[in-house]
Amino acid sequence: MTTAPSGSTTPTDWTDMTSTDAPTTERPAAAAPQDASAREIDVRVDRASGRYLPEVPTPVIECTDVDIFYGQFRAVHGVSLVYGKNEITAMIGPSGCGKSTVLRSLNRMNDLITGARVTGKITYHGQDIYGSDVDPIEVRRRIGMVFQKPNPFPKSIYDNIAYGPRVTGMKVSSMDDLVEESLRGAALWDEVKDKLKQSAYGLSGGQQQRLCIARTIAVRPEVILMDEPCSSLDPIATARIEDLMEDLRKDFTIIIVTHNMQQAARVADRTAFFTAKAAEGTGDRTGQLVEYDLTSKIFSNPADRRTEDYISGRFG
Amino acid sequence: MATIGQLATQPIKARKHGAKSPASIAFLVALWCALGFSILCLLTLLITSVMDGLPRLDSNLLTQYTSQIAPERGGARAAIIGSLWVIAATAIMAIPLGIAAAVYLEEFADPRRWYNRLIEVNLQNLAAVPAIVYGLLTAGFALSIGLRRGVVLAGGIALALLILPVIIITAREALRAVPAEIRQGSLALGATPLQTVWRQTLPSAIPGVATGTILALSRALGEAAPLLLLGGLVTIRFDPNGLLSGFTTLPIQIFNWAGRAEADFQQLAAAAIILLLVMLLLMNALAILIRNRYQRQW
Ligand SMILES: Nc1ncnc2c1ncn2[C@@H]1O[C@H](COP(=O)(O)OP(=O)(O)O)[C@@H](O)[C@H]1O
Ligand SMILES: [Mg+2]
Repeated sequence: MTTAPSGSTTPTDWTDMTSTDAPTTERPAAAAPQDASAREIDVRVDRASGRYLPEVPTPVIECTDVDIFYGQFRAVHGVSLVYGKNEITAMIGPSGCGKSTVLRSLNRMNDLITGARVTGKITYHGQDIYGSDVDPIEVRRRIGMVFQKPNPFPKSIYDNIAYGPRVTGMKVSSMDDLVEESLRGAALWDEVKDKLKQSAYGLSGGQQQRLCIARTIAVRPEVILMDEPCSSLDPIATARIEDLMEDLRKDFTIIIVTHNMQQAARVADRTAFFTAKAAEGTGDRTGQLVEYDLTSKIFSNPADRRTEDYISGRFG
Repeated sequence: MATIGQLATQPIKARKHGAKSPASIAFLVALWCALGFSILCLLTLLITSVMDGLPRLDSNLLTQYTSQIAPERGGARAAIIGSLWVIAATAIMAIPLGIAAAVYLEEFADPRRWYNRLIEVNLQNLAAVPAIVYGLLTAGFALSIGLRRGVVLAGGIALALLILPVIIITAREALRAVPAEIRQGSLALGATPLQTVWRQTLPSAIPGVATGTILALSRALGEAAPLLLLGGLVTIRFDPNGLLSGFTTLPIQIFNWAGRAEADFQQLAAAAIILLLVMLLLMNALAILIRNRYQRQW
């Protein structure tokens, strides 16, 4: 346990670290006006929001040559990619190609599946999260997760939010303030402020999912993993969550799995395309990373034939 | 074979597969007969007991000790209090142990380990072991630690052993019914597995656990065999007042009275049976109440 900054580090901490370790990943907004040639390579205006993105993401989580097994079955092979700080990274691909599997391995939620095993290296701020001295509880506190189906606890709205800070022993001066802040952060406050003591089960699906996001940000993680967070929601609720993700990006790093390509195109800064390939002998379908790039690039000018086919709806 | 067009023109009301075919009617009749028979048995028991015992359903039954000299004024006081003592001792031992075992097996045990599989298989078998065997086991145990057999503690141990497998199995089912998403949600926030069990899984499972536990305790309340073996048969004329006190229970008292030739004792036995049945019905009603009140659709 050396210098890895915790999830609660202030922004100064990580800019310090990145500016000494990786000068190329300085905040692009500052670098952009100074160097016109760098602007062409390093800095692009991506997506409708007009954000500047560095060519190379500022690493928060880094996968190097990751294989993931369920018992003898290799579900994912040879994944290497870097998830950038304060970016939204989407993972897309056909069903069963291992998107959820990769996502779960990023905060050690796959530890809960008997027989699941990760080889290769997954680092969080340079620290191997599967290292023998790493506490998975601590990892999950810094890398939170929102699930496919909204899963509020069978408690009041208030207690749903307060649960995380309580169990993790966060020092909280006022729980009421924290609850309000978290609900505001998840754009849910106005809808629930008069019924905080009521059961979370009374909320609509979209509200429940935003409650789950609020509950996640209440423990102040640095990264939020989302596994198809809108797949059980109607288009209006989906749009609200997409807007919310845009807001959350200022404070959090978001990694989202989606099988909805339009969603990836709308919200993500970078997109990783996965697909599954059947092994020669066994016929096991093992997922692999095909292409990872800026979302605009993936959707307008993909480098790989398979990406193009998938984007254009020819398979998957 | 009908084409789609033909099918569409046929009336959908015509009952071709309906509940009116002779086979399904015969089956239905058989089911009703089976149900009727069991209710009839129960009613016969209830009615004969009530008719026999009604004259003795008085306050003496609750407040008086059994009497050799004047059975017509005797009561089941020692047995009622003894039953309460033994059931309390049983509950104190069986409930925490049973829930803890269920939590271990359901939430923490790795099913691939051989010892966990061994426990699993044994648990299923233990639930089928005859009650009297637990009495024997406890008698041997009491002997080896120098405990008197016919005391509340020994009775409690025997009954706790008897219902432990039932409590474990029902508690596990209740835990299993709590969706995995709840646990995952808790763990993803950085809660430890222990916190997750303690604050999410177990509270969500409490109604199911409580229902199973009450049903198990009501079984223990009606059990006589292991306690007879432990020597609870003595006619007692004092209130048991501790774990090391001698005791009798309602089933033992009923067994004792019903074995007597005198009509007074027969009446007393019938009255005590009614009392026991009422207690059991109340416990089962409580279990059903809890189940319905807290039933949750996930
Ligand atoms: N808990 C599990 N146990 C065993 N195999 C699993 C488990 N979860 C997923 N898999 C397998 O891993 C592969 C990838 O699954 P998943 O990550 O869920 O894909 P995706 O999210 O891209 O649809 C599939 O072949 C699936 O059958
Ligand atoms: Mg998935």
